[in-house]
This record gives sequence, C-alpha cells and structure tokens, in this order.
Amino acid sequence: MDSFFLYSAVILTIIIAVPAYRVMKGPTVFDRLVGTNAIATKTIVLICLIGYVFDRIDMFVDITLAYAILGFIGSLTIAKYFSSEKTDVRFDD
Amino acid sequence: MSDLMIDFTSILTIIFVVAGIFFLLVGSVGIIRLPDFYSRTHATSKSDTLGMILIIVGLIIFEGMTINSGKLGFVLLFILLANPIGAHALARAAYNSGLKPMFPDNKNDKTEG
Repeated sequence: MDSFFLYSAVILTIIIAVPAYRVMKGPTVFDRLVGTNAIATKTIVLICLIGYVFDRIDMFVDITLAYAILGFIGSLTIAKYFSSEKTDVRFDD
Repeated sequence: MSDLMIDFTSILTIIFVVAGIFFLLVGSVGIIRLPDFYSRTHATSKSDTLGMILIIVGLIIFEGMTINSGKLGFVLLFILLANPIGAHALARAAYNSGLKPMFPDNKNDKTEG
C-alpha cells in the first residue's frame, strides 16, 4: 500500500504541473489567479498523500489544515483587491 | 507491487483514490483547454472539488476510526466550503472589474488564449 501512495503522489505531482502553463501564458490576470488557485488546492491532497508515504499522517494533516486556510485567505484577499472600484485592471498584461 | 495488501479497505481506497486522480486530471486539462475565463472557473471549482473529496474519503477509509480520520474530515469539510467560494469570489471580482464573457458575437475580446 506504500508503493500505491508513492505512485499516486508522483502522478498527482505531474497533474499539478499542468496549470502552471495557464499561470505563465494566461491572457488576463484572473486566468493567472485561477491557475494559482488550482495549484494550491491540489497541493492540499498531495500533502495528505505524502503524509501516508512517510507514515507520519499525524504531523502532515495539521500542515494540510494550515495550508488550506492560508491559500483560501490569500485567494479571497486578492479577489477583494481586484473587485474594488479604485483598482484599474488591464486585461492584456 | 507485491507488497500490495489485498483486503477490502485497501481495494476501496484504491478505487476512491484512482477516481479522484482522474477528476483532478480532468480539472487540469479543463484549465488548459477551455476558451474563456468564466468557463475555466467551472473546471477549477467543480471538478477539482469532486476529485479532492474522493481522494480524502479514500484516505479516511484507509485510516479507520482514529483522531487523524477526524482531522481529515475537517479538511474535507473545509475544502467543500472553501474551493467553490474562492472560485466564485474570483469570478465576481472579474465581473466587477469589467471582464466581458466570451459570446459568439464578441469576436474582438482579449480573453481567448
């Protein structure tokens, strides 16, 4: 069962690397934000699987909770910043 | 893979984790392939949430009834609330700042790419 979690973590790492293309190429700034949000939320699952690979899930699940809360707060803060009317957003950067 | 212990919970865990990885792959391909920002938010909110729910349910089945299983349940509940809220907040911010959706008569927008 250890090798199954190891292979799952490797495949999930390859899947996480896919939205980095959208982060680099995205036409608007919101496309980049969606790409970073997707990477951050998939990393939560990857940290859980790494906890089972190292057999220390009691330590890694706390890291997972902290990382999930930090990513959520960051995403909401950036969305609120871009949603305000004083911010002038260019769509072609 | 000879050390793969074959019993019922292991088989159930493998089924859930493989299904979750499939849905996460669908979400990643959707972020690359979909034509518009507002359609990309669908890929990152719905498909990713389902994939993560499946994987963490599989890990809870593998763990059994321990304290770590309860913590994984809290992670599951938080993801279930936070991931669609984040995608919705980003889409609302984009709409408030004037990003137009892609319609068939809207040829000269700069959102396609």
